[in-house]
Amino acid sequence: MSHDHSHSHGPGEACAHDHGHDDHNSPEAIAKAIKKYMVVFGVLLAGTVLTVGMYYVHIPSVAITIAVALLIASVKAAFVAGVFMHLSDERKMIYGILICTVFFLIGLMGLTLWTMHDPPLQTLINGKPA
Amino acid sequence: MEIPYTVKPRPDTGLYNAKLGIWLFLASEVMLFGGLFSAYILLRVGADLWPHGMLNIPIGTFNTFVLISSSVTVVMSWASLKLGRLAAFKKYMALTILCALGFLGVKSFEYHAKFTHYDVWFKDDATAEKYFKAAYGEKGVEETRKQFVERFHLHNTKAVYTPGDIQLAGHIEGNPLCTNLKKLLAAKKETIQFTADAPAGGHEHPKPIEIKLADLKRLSSYVPAHSTFFAIYFTITALHGLHVLGGAIVLGYFLFTADKWWKKAPEQFTNRIEVGGLFWHFVDLVWIFLFPIIYLL
Repeated sequence: MSHDHSHSHGPGEACAHDHGHDDHNSPEAIAKAIKKYMVVFGVLLAGTVLTVGMYYVHIPSVAITIAVALLIASVKAAFVAGVFMHLSDERKMIYGILICTVFFLIGLMGLTLWTMHDPPLQTLINGKPA
Repeated sequence: MEIPYTVKPRPDTGLYNAKLGIWLFLASEVMLFGGLFSAYILLRVGADLWPHGMLNIPIGTFNTFVLISSSVTVVMSWASLKLGRLAAFKKYMALTILCALGFLGVKSFEYHAKFTHYDVWFKDDATAEKYFKAAYGEKGVEETRKQFVERFHLHNTKAVYTPGDIQLAGHIEGNPLCTNLKKLLAAKKETIQFTADAPAGGHEHPKPIEIKLADLKRLSSYVPAHSTFFAIYFTITALHGLHVLGGAIVLGYFLFTADKWWKKAPEQFTNRIEVGGLFWHFVDLVWIFLFPIIYLL
């Protein structure tokens, strides 16, 4: 792992190969980030309006409805994680943790899909097993 | 003992310790909510009937906007500290906490509305038909069947559900909270005044009718025990709500101790806000998936 991140540079002394902390901390960089936050705010609002709008339009295909709703949610989530949580520009260690998490999450969902042919059938509807 | 690496990154990880800690915690949270989401999928796929339109979409949408706004204000509070503006930090953090409380307030309102909304099922078909007609007039049986078809999206199926299977939805006079047949009978009640919901597509509630408890086989408000849908709805949203509450408490602590921390250790304080903010964004992220899945799909 690179040791560059551990060094503290003076103002304006950032290394060319290391998008080090100081670049991110300059007032200009923060001002730029704030502009980005506002754009993401707009995207999130638009995404929400779109998702709810879709509900009222009522697409006949259930599969398409679910796919589109999840796609919009994923795009919104990507913006929150990428920009608000600064994941678009993070340290390797965090990516490593998240790759493991995604691996196990996919495994979990995969197992769920795998059991689709054997779902619990004693689901309560109107107080008695359906 | 001084906690190491609260400001400077640790050489081997490249991160200050709290940031590594919060990301490890969030990774475990992804699995926690992931487990519940997978439970939701399995329950829904396994269910013969799954209700739709049980939740108030405009209210859910409003709460989505509230949570998204709070994500913006919390990141702005951190950016304000980075710019050395403590007053702006306080303003944004206070707004974040207001949003959190607003979200919880709206959620409690939603929960309360569910806990006072009832379904009743009648002991047999003839009794059910009698009450359906009493509630909605001559076409009462068609009306309740229509509501049933709407609720469970049965438009394209040929499945037969007799009136005894179909619920009558509405409110009990006095709006009792989370009561059921057993409790009402234990309280020596023999009848209830029941106002059925407005007919499908309408807004006007029909006149209240008197229902004999002896004619019912089940009476339930929209509590977790009502159905699988409400069980998973309350489980996931309550867990999410607890996260909102926990986050609001921690962020509130940061706000009220801001002066002290800013004077003592401004960089460490800024990092604490970043870590608190990361948790808060995660809570928003969960809701981004929760809202369409539970309210809309």
